[in-house]
Amino acid sequence: MLMFTLRRFLQLIPVFFGATLLVYFLVFATPGDPIAALSGGKPMAPAVEAALRAQYNLDQPFWVQYGLYLKNLVTLNLGQTFSGQEVSAVIARAYPVTARLAIMALAFETVFGVLFGVIAGLRKGKLFDSTVLVASLVVIAIPTFVLGFVLQLVVGVQLGWAKPTVSGSAPWNELILPAVVLGLVSLAYVIRLTRASISENMNADYVRTATAKGLSRRRVVVVHILRNSLIPVITFLGADLGALMGGAIVTEGIFNVPGIGNLLYKAILTGESATVVAVVSILVVVFVVANLVVDLLYAVLDPRIRYV
Amino acid sequence: MIGLSGSNMNKSPRPAAPGIDDVPLLEIRDLAITFDTQGGEVHAVRNAHLTVMPGETVAIVGESGSGKSTTALAAIGLLPSNGRVSGGQIIFDGEDITHASEKRIIELRGNSIGMVPQDPMSNLNPVWKIGFQVKETLKANGLAGSNSKERVAEVLAEAGLPDAAVRAKQYPHEFSGGMRQRALIAIGLACRPRLLIADEPTSALDVTVQGQILDHLDRMTTELNTAVLLITHDLGLAAERAEKLVVMYKGQVVESGPALEILRNPRHPYTQRLVNSAPSLASKRLQSGKAREALAAAAAATTVEVREPADVRKMEAVAHEGELSSHKKPAGRGETILEIKNLTKVFKLRGSLGKSTDFKAVDNVSFSVKRGTTMAIVGESGSGKSTVAQMALSLLAPTEGSILFDGVEVNTLKGKALFDFRRRVQPIFQDPYGSLDPMFNIYRTIEEPLKIHKIGNAKSREKKVRELLDQVSMPSSTMQRFPNELSGGQRQRIAIARALALNPDVIICDEAVSALDVLVQAQVLNLLNELQEELGLTYLFITHDLAVVRQIADDVSVMQHGRLVEQATTDEVFNNPQQQYTQDLLSAIPGAQLLI
Repeated sequence: MLMFTLRRFLQLIPVFFGATLLVYFLVFATPGDPIAALSGGKPMAPAVEAALRAQYNLDQPFWVQYGLYLKNLVTLNLGQTFSGQEVSAVIARAYPVTARLAIMALAFETVFGVLFGVIAGLRKGKLFDSTVLVASLVVIAIPTFVLGFVLQLVVGVQLGWAKPTVSGSAPWNELILPAVVLGLVSLAYVIRLTRASISENMNADYVRTATAKGLSRRRVVVVHILRNSLIPVITFLGADLGALMGGAIVTEGIFNVPGIGNLLYKAILTGESATVVAVVSILVVVFVVANLVVDLLYAVLDPRIRYV
Repeated sequence: MIGLSGSNMNKSPRPAAPGIDDVPLLEIRDLAITFDTQGGEVHAVRNAHLTVMPGETVAIVGESGSGKSTTALAAIGLLPSNGRVSGGQIIFDGEDITHASEKRIIELRGNSIGMVPQDPMSNLNPVWKIGFQVKETLKANGLAGSNSKERVAEVLAEAGLPDAAVRAKQYPHEFSGGMRQRALIAIGLACRPRLLIADEPTSALDVTVQGQILDHLDRMTTELNTAVLLITHDLGLAAERAEKLVVMYKGQVVESGPALEILRNPRHPYTQRLVNSAPSLASKRLQSGKAREALAAAAAATTVEVREPADVRKMEAVAHEGELSSHKKPAGRGETILEIKNLTKVFKLRGSLGKSTDFKAVDNVSFSVKRGTTMAIVGESGSGKSTVAQMALSLLAPTEGSILFDGVEVNTLKGKALFDFRRRVQPIFQDPYGSLDPMFNIYRTIEEPLKIHKIGNAKSREKKVRELLDQVSMPSSTMQRFPNELSGGQRQRIAIARALALNPDVIICDEAVSALDVLVQAQVLNLLNELQEELGLTYLFITHDLAVVRQIADDVSVMQHGRLVEQATTDEVFNNPQQQYTQDLLSAIPGAQLLI
């Protein structure tokens, strides 16, 4: 177990270097001059421009810039935005919002996904099952931005149940609608996965044996069907948490949520290379750690998994 | 009806003189079970009768799909969700439970009627500890007192599980198949039911383990005076273990009565066939001695021919003319074709902390196979017999030792030479469901090896496929069908046809018949014997079943823990086994002790 965890942590290292290098290179190679963007496209005194380039190390070759960046990253100095703010401070402001959104979305998809999935799986072929199946298919088929705008319009504007956009501090209650939109597609997948898993396990030999032992129906379902069925679902949810924590550019954009997705999107548009690379580096780490947690959790749930 | 006498017996399942015996524990009268499938209603069981007296063992015998499990499972309301009792009565201890409430059935399960299921690998929940799974049985039936932990250990120990208290804390995957079956027996008998339904309780286990488990089950049920309803496809086993037999065929009870009587004097044609082909009861090599003699004479008359590359070319030329014939020249019998010398295979097992331990799967095995004969390698699972087969097929590289095929070392073969070797040595594997590509129709399956080896053109290949299908007694209309449309026996015939396509010299059968029902098994073995006679094939036959060996093999090699422990002709092994292990294997054949 310890060896397994350690090895997985060691695997983080090449992933981290690979991802940061790739992202750094992409930002480096992006057409457009950040210094020119800084001045709003107006001509700038050559001395000022040179000084600015030197300040952000933009006059150095790629490898030197990357090396400097890594050095700063290790010392937790993520650099500054062009407006002079510390990138770390900007991220620290945006991340809690995204984390809150992600947790709410995950809670939403877990609770309803497992609930509907279990009921549908146990009543396979009945009305509830068919309805849920069709509905989940519809949700999967519609792109998030359509769902987002439609819900924003109907729930936020026409019905007025929620604020159509989120205010600066992004309180929990205002994040409900974005969280639902964000979790909706995953909800559909969780339902389908749970349903398939349940209906498959219902026919398992050990479930029949459990019934033959004289257990009540309820106990058979809860102890023998549910736990086994939830193993793949939890794997999916864990991976999804990693994805959600990476921010949701589309959803955050629609509801104007000041989260990490929005920050990244704006940084890409303005060529803020320091911010982009810092955010992506963090996201890579978050994603890999989330997957590690899933693997460990999987092994806890299923004793047959060996840590190798 | 032909089986008139058989059905007469069915109509009087009660003892002739009531009052002598007590009330039947389980009585099934005119039971009909229907499954609702997409293709409409399927009547899985019709007019089934059977009676189990308290403390008595009754066996239901039949092939898969005969309705034997369905009948027994109906007694504790465990029919699949699309199945239902559509007629008749199930009476348990005087109470009609045919349409009893769910609540009543749950009361009976575990407490009054226990079950030991078929496959120990899939019948324990992999995510709960063994102890937990025993304990919940006790709990559900109100038998878990304050000392439930000790009780769990006791129950497991009774079922013959060593170190029960420690074992109870382990998960199913830490158990071997035999141990899991013991755990399942513990669960089945934990609440001291009056009736135990044992659904093929040992068919997934090795013969020696099978014997131990059945002996133990016998002892326990005798001690506890539990009646047993034993479901099995093995007539020998049924006759050995049960007082009464109920033979089912296509959903109907065709014959029932005292076990030995049925065995000695089967009345229904199906029972007769079953008795005749039960491998555990058959006593002679299938092939007639006459045919053997004729073959030997033919072999003596022809000079021994080792096929040279030139001959291969000639054969290809013949094939191109579209005259590819499956009939080979009678090859010299008696000459060694496959020789295995000091074969050893070591696997590295991954241990903890990156260390690996060596595991000797095959340990210094030597034997040789003569052309036109059958060598059987017998052993339990884990004895290394399949590893030998894989090495002989050159699918696995040996750690040490050599495999000589026609005098040529197989290990060092590369490229073209290996390709030619592959053509001359063909496999037939155990699982006819897994070894045929479900996306290939039968024609493509059989044609593929011909295509790969660039034999003939489309037209001659089609002719060859027809011929091959004919050889394995399958209609040529089968060509357009897919594996899932065929039965297990039919699929194995296709696998044989595919193996024959390249006119191989040697066919390596790795448990080729062990997944098949007895009757089908007998047919396939017959076919293999006929083909050997006709084509002069050499078989290396890997099996765990000595009963099968007797029907097909000339020579036997017995393997245990990777080593060869005994080697002799089949007759010698059966009549005069030298090693204790071989004797154990022999006495473990179900029905071996029966004198008929």
